[in-house]
Amino acid sequence: MSCDCEHPDKREELDRRTFFTRIILGIGAVIAGSLAVPLGAAMFDPVLRKTGKDWRPVGKLDDFKVNETRMVSFKNASPYKWTGKVAYSAAYIRRNPDDSLIAFSVNCAHLGCPVRWEAKSEMFFCPCHGGVYYKDGSRAAGPPTRGLFTYSTRVLKGQVEIQTEDLPISTLSNS
Amino acid sequence: MKARLRKIWAWLDDRGGFSAMVKPLTTHLVPPGAKWNYVFGSATLFCLIIQVITGISLGFLYQPSVDVAYQSLQYIENRAFMGSFIRGMHNWGASAMILLMGAHMVRVYITAAYKYPREMSWMSGVVLLGLTIVMAFTGQLLRWDNNGVWSAVVASEQMGRIPWIGASVSHFLLGGDTINGESLNRFFAMHVFLFPALLFLFVTYHLYLVFRNGISEPPKVGRPVDPRTYRKWYDELLQKKGVPFFPDVLWRDAVFSAVVFVAIVLLAYFVGAPALSSAPDVTNVKADPKPDWYFTWIFAIFALMPRQIESYVMFLGPLIGVLLLFSTPFLSHGGERSPLRRPWAVAGVIMVVVTVGSLWYVGTIAPWSPRFSAPPLNVDTTVPKPTPSVQSGIALFNSEGCLFCHKIGGSGGIRGPELTHVQDRLTQEQITIRIVNGAKNMPAYGGSLSKKELDDIVAFLLAPDKK
Repeated sequence: MSCDCEHPDKREELDRRTFFTRIILGIGAVIAGSLAVPLGAAMFDPVLRKTGKDWRPVGKLDDFKVNETRMVSFKNASPYKWTGKVAYSAAYIRRNPDDSLIAFSVNCAHLGCPVRWEAKSEMFFCPCHGGVYYKDGSRAAGPPTRGLFTYSTRVLKGQVEIQTEDLPISTLSNS
Repeated sequence: MKARLRKIWAWLDDRGGFSAMVKPLTTHLVPPGAKWNYVFGSATLFCLIIQVITGISLGFLYQPSVDVAYQSLQYIENRAFMGSFIRGMHNWGASAMILLMGAHMVRVYITAAYKYPREMSWMSGVVLLGLTIVMAFTGQLLRWDNNGVWSAVVASEQMGRIPWIGASVSHFLLGGDTINGESLNRFFAMHVFLFPALLFLFVTYHLYLVFRNGISEPPKVGRPVDPRTYRKWYDELLQKKGVPFFPDVLWRDAVFSAVVFVAIVLLAYFVGAPALSSAPDVTNVKADPKPDWYFTWIFAIFALMPRQIESYVMFLGPLIGVLLLFSTPFLSHGGERSPLRRPWAVAGVIMVVVTVGSLWYVGTIAPWSPRFSAPPLNVDTTVPKPTPSVQSGIALFNSEGCLFCHKIGGSGGIRGPELTHVQDRLTQEQITIRIVNGAKNMPAYGGSLSKKELDDIVAFLLAPDKK
């Protein structure tokens, strides 16, 4: 605050104005900050609400033939009621000769495009950038640097179950 | 009667201040010589206006719900009065906006209009570019068919590859851990409320700066910008030779915008918006999530760049790009503006345009993508007088997926070499080894073919006169 030396009595008034200015700015900041809360809450609450993981039945073990790869679909972990069809994810399950099961993500390990299982050639093909995988999920050709990601599976009373996972697949717990 | 109307208008204008409001526009002086290369910015703004109007129209018809959005799109496309046309306008308006924004940016860069004192015009323009790209991207996701939902998956996977914060960014986009009931209305809220609000804010500021600093005079060789004297010189130029912005300059903007408008209307009517694929369903893998044309070149980069650097490029590429754009006015804030004295700037623009253009071209062809829909080869006619072994080889060539990547005659993919005349290039042994062991971009078929199947395919490939 500079001194208005010709009118020294005006000094107090300027201080008053400074005070008012601060009040205005302060009120503005408090209101802006308060209004940011609901916006932030609505934007981030669904993001921070972790759904966890669930085991989902995907069929009887007997329906999975040895050396066969089948696509299964399962409900994601605790979806909202109105999610409709997109609440379901898909996976490819293969029953190995030693009777173990392996569940591959349908998302290409490159950028997540949907890979297609071509039963005759026993390979997975990706439509986006030409990634190819062998029947055991390992990389065969194209941009992916690794094989397909896998889900955890288990068999309970003859029922095959798969453990739900989050996107992006690169964060799969068992990757 | 006439006098009475005039009186009403006089009252309205006095209390309403309409003439006073447009007066700064009608008296605003600009340097002489602003010709047809000054029309791209206003045309971009015009496209934004089209997008707002058609966007509001679509907002009346569209259901932003993950479950029924697809049905409402079908309704807009097939049943709503003019619905298909409105969708087409919104689609082509977006394309035009991106294209014209690019032209505007190139014009500003080539004539160095970003130099003193218009640095903030450039930087707010960069923000507008970013906002427009986000609008294009979120808008594409609202086309909620099977390719749309898979595009959201691919986008989240792509962001998931950003180091450290990838998963969080991805979950922010999806509104949770997976595609879910929140995902679509999230894209909707961003596309319809959040980013348009920011866009209006920055457009207003961008336009304010045009009035505050004036439009840049056409550059002249040997007339460098000197920050110490420029503003004074510019004011004197306006006083001596300035012409009113309205209507001397604005008429070209109006004419060009009209041309853009006609083009968009024709494209909307005759070409329309991209056709809808099947209903959104992440368990339906028969999807081909390709981005709209303005992102095709980025899509091509991902197919072509070395695998080892991919994750870094995905993250550092946009970051370096944005930093470079923001720093442009500081790297050269005075000096020559004429493109004739700035050959490297011109060369840089040409390089960027050629690079993006080539990537776009190759991305449109996408030679790396397997052609799942290639018509299968005819078992009886592909080779004249086929033996049973050759016939079996042709059938295997169809069913084993060879055709996805290799062309024979007129059918097949182009990922691998065409095999119509492979018998002239490779011996039986070489062909066999290649099929069994694969190559850099070909899977090894040794594990999935029996000895006889392999022999049959090789017999087919060795047959002459394939067509």
